[in-house]
Amino acid sequence: MPDENVRSNEKDNKEENTHQMLLKGKAWIFGDSISTDHIAPGRYFHLRTNLPELAKNVLEDANPDFAAQMQPGDFVVAGRNFGLGSSREHAPRIIKIAGVNAVLAKSFARIFFRNAINVGLPVLEIDTSGIRHGDMLEVDLGTGTVRNATRDETMTFTPLPPVMVKILGDGGLVEHFKKYGDFNLG
Amino acid sequence: MASTLAEKIIASHVGRSVEPGEIVVTGVDVAALQDGTGPLAIMQLQELDMVRAHNPEKTILFLDHAAPSPRKELSNAHMSLREFAARTGAVLSEISEGICHQRLVEEYVSPGDILIGADSHTCTSGALAAFATGMGSTDVGIGIATGKTWLRVPETLRVVIAGRFATGVYAKDLMLHLIGMIGADGATYMALEFVGPGAEAMSMPERFTLSNMAVEAGAKTGLFAADEETRRYLDEQGRGSDYRELAADAGAEHARTVEIDAGEVEPNVSAPHAVENTRTVSEAAGTRVDQVFIGTCTNGRIEDLRVAAEILERRRRHPGTRLIITPASRSTYVKAAAEGLLRIFAEAGATVTGPGCGACVGVHGGILGDGEVCLATQNRNFQGRMGNAEAFIYLASPATAAATAIAGVIADPRDYLK
Repeated sequence: MPDENVRSNEKDNKEENTHQMLLKGKAWIFGDSISTDHIAPGRYFHLRTNLPELAKNVLEDANPDFAAQMQPGDFVVAGRNFGLGSSREHAPRIIKIAGVNAVLAKSFARIFFRNAINVGLPVLEIDTSGIRHGDMLEVDLGTGTVRNATRDETMTFTPLPPVMVKILGDGGLVEHFKKYGDFNLG
Repeated sequence: MASTLAEKIIASHVGRSVEPGEIVVTGVDVAALQDGTGPLAIMQLQELDMVRAHNPEKTILFLDHAAPSPRKELSNAHMSLREFAARTGAVLSEISEGICHQRLVEEYVSPGDILIGADSHTCTSGALAAFATGMGSTDVGIGIATGKTWLRVPETLRVVIAGRFATGVYAKDLMLHLIGMIGADGATYMALEFVGPGAEAMSMPERFTLSNMAVEAGAKTGLFAADEETRRYLDEQGRGSDYRELAADAGAEHARTVEIDAGEVEPNVSAPHAVENTRTVSEAAGTRVDQVFIGTCTNGRIEDLRVAAEILERRRRHPGTRLIITPASRSTYVKAAAEGLLRIFAEAGATVTGPGCGACVGVHGGILGDGEVCLATQNRNFQGRMGNAEAFIYLASPATAAATAIAGVIADPRDYLK
């Protein structure tokens, strides 16, 4: 979803974004087509009203060790079409609750992408093929860059559309509504 | 300027012409929650102190994914939805009524509507020429409270369908074929628009099957023009007055066009663990199957049950293969009873359940064991989908499902329809 105007718009939002501009953490590698069933399996359907408990099983069917071993601030790094499947907002929500800083993927499924922004989880479209498990990453949401400190490489991610920069900058859609009492996306 | 169907519907809501890529804030005609996504939407509205429904008659809360509830946590979730309905005047669709998407097309959605639902298969209603799309709990919650949402006007991928299915081939086979062709992200962010003589010749139930699986190609919605068949269907539902003719303009611009001859399509299956992993039934034939599941918003309608019954009549399921049949809605269930289909199923050794999502979501009613193989008429075969990440799911038409239940291995329905 490229958009010419994003850079300038991101700059407009820079101040309100400051608290989450620079993110640092370790990469956890996942493959292509990680579905919402991998992220928030249907067998835990009953935990959807208990998100901290559900978060203990996040991404379990893609990597059973992830939830127990990841450190707050780590990144989920995946291939194409991350988050395909269900509309369950619980999926990005428990990734965030688990403490993941951001999800980096070659591409995202539409509903997951929108849900992630709505819950305040940064989702970055970027070529992840050069990133390896355990690489230390520094994501700068303001400049739109990802620095792989382990490999001393810097890449640029596809800018978010301005409307999403706005919602993410506010901390998610609920926070956006707390602030404006309505959609204020212009 | 010539507009696609998606552009036309959005334009009529915002009162001006729109172009792909632009962001609009638009009114919402129908909003829907279900028991898996509804409680979170309600929590968000409570946090915002916005527990209200802008248009309560067209706000529907469906108890379908865990129906009847198998656990106290889900019983409590149901209570929160009942309470929200009582408080806001929204409509509650009880556990007896069936799957949200089937109920929405039967009773609530009309051509030209914008429908948002907190369920990815909300795109089913696109078959009625409604801009119907799945979103998360917060988006739909806010849509319910304010009557508005924001949308990115999608590009359109036009699917031009020629011809008519051969015997034993159905809309499901065509959709699996299409997804295999363009991939699970082949239409990401786009609207699918099904056109051409093959699309015009399709019945509404066939169109619902196609639109239902639009999201499996990544699409935002899957649209058909509203035509005489749409009118016939709405008449049949007792809502003929909701009909209006609606089609894309000739000469509208499309991001991509794909052509399919329905007459060339074979019975297909999607193999584990991806919908795009399609192959013909003959390529998969002989694979041992532990459980067959016929139902869901994709293929749990009366027309689907009739096809299954035609194959299952005076036959029995293979002793090593369980067969579970779940009608999509109460009206489907009543018709199946009146037509004697439930008896045919029971005599064939099937477990016939009440209407709802049934085994599809992995919550209840047919959870698979470790290493087991299921062939289902649903729309998704992701790892873990039916409650066990160690199980394997194939997707197919109701005819292939019925044939497979009898053979105990994946079987070609054409061998049973002669």
